[in-house]
Amino acid sequence: MKKLDRKQMAARVARDIPEGAYVNLGIGLPTLVADYLPKGREIILHSENGILGIGPKPPAGEEDEDLINAGKEPVTLLTGGCYFHHADSFAMIRGRHLDFAILGAFQVSTAGDLANWHTGAADAIPAVGGAMDLAVGAKKVLVMMEHLTKKGESKIVERCTYPLTGARCVDRIYTDLAVIDVKPDGLHVVETVEGLSFEELQRLTGVPLKRMLTAA
Amino acid sequence: MIDKFVATPAQALADLRDGATVMIGGFGNAGMPAELIDALIAQGARELTIVNNNAGNVDTGLAALLKAKRVRKILCSFPRQVDSWHFDALYRAGELELELVPQGTLAERIRAAGAGIGAFYTPTAFGTRLAEGKETRRIGDRDYVLEYPIHADYALIKADRADRWGNLVYRKSARNFGPIMAAAAKCTVVQVRETVELGALDPEAVVTPGIFVKRVVKVVPAQRKAA
Repeated sequence: MKKLDRKQMAARVARDIPEGAYVNLGIGLPTLVADYLPKGREIILHSENGILGIGPKPPAGEEDEDLINAGKEPVTLLTGGCYFHHADSFAMIRGRHLDFAILGAFQVSTAGDLANWHTGAADAIPAVGGAMDLAVGAKKVLVMMEHLTKKGESKIVERCTYPLTGARCVDRIYTDLAVIDVKPDGLHVVETVEGLSFEELQRLTGVPLKRMLTAA
Repeated sequence: MIDKFVATPAQALADLRDGATVMIGGFGNAGMPAELIDALIAQGARELTIVNNNAGNVDTGLAALLKAKRVRKILCSFPRQVDSWHFDALYRAGELELELVPQGTLAERIRAAGAGIGAFYTPTAFGTRLAEGKETRRIGDRDYVLEYPIHADYALIKADRADRWGNLVYRKSARNFGPIMAAAAKCTVVQVRETVELGALDPEAVVTPGIFVKRVVKVVPAQRKAA
């Protein structure tokens, strides 16, 4: 099978973001999606720290320390973009104004529970940021993650063993092996990578999957 | 005549007492009032409760305040970072109390304090360990967690320009927590790059009205020591 690399995963997610969408990209893997948004679509990126309309990275030497994204990296502002304070920024998130939040994950459960902020290790210093707000607030929560852990265990699980970020909040999972919708009656496989059968995906995943019924 | 301009950061913080709750603006370095934090360290107040999104980076600003052991407790959303070593060491040694608050809940608790709201229900963190022990309620078809405002004795924030009435405009994403912290504290101290005459700020573009501001200090950005 042809596993997707990180860039291919980002490109796959980007393809599904429609014209006019307001989108928040989580730190890490989801940030890559910005580089693959289809040219010609106007898509407005939101940043928790108070920006709508994030533009590309500034050229070296033109960074402005007052203009950073949620990952504290220098960014630019698109023409038409704007700034606002933190309470307004999270009103956009919590108030269901964002069309998509694209988040990384440690685990997603069959019910759509998300675990992405804490490994649960007793000595870990916790840090949550805006993850819990995004999980409950965005109209659609899309998760991007590798399908399996380094040990080969499925990150899609019956019940999350890591502490939850949000309960029943994930709508769709994009992995390096498949695209899977989380629905009230379970997990529906939308597509698999080239050379990977539904049966093999089912074997690797360990929780029950359904074949999506395709129209036509 | 109302004149909120104060000559130095030291004068602006002279009456800050031990045990005070101090909000510090900024998200990372953007909007961090570095010179006010330096003045707070020099001023010497101890046993502080600090409210900030983070818990200090590298060795300056909030990190230096932590290192000087002036802080008893910190409320923040994202303490752990690759360069938060002063926080990490104090936290692991049990010398610093942490109240971890989801970022939007932190912002709204600050906003609620400034707006006179007694408490509010938020869907954020329901069903997670950050809601453990908190009152919850089902409203309509959603579950919510009860959260209380965060009031402060002082807010130290950074804006771009101010007039002598304390009207403020900010610069780019450095605005972040400034406007809500300004309203949530009894005494809001602002460092600005430039002070201007009354009337020089477009009234349509003032972000923080002067009613929320007590003191304004113009700070000439010093060449800060490389970390």
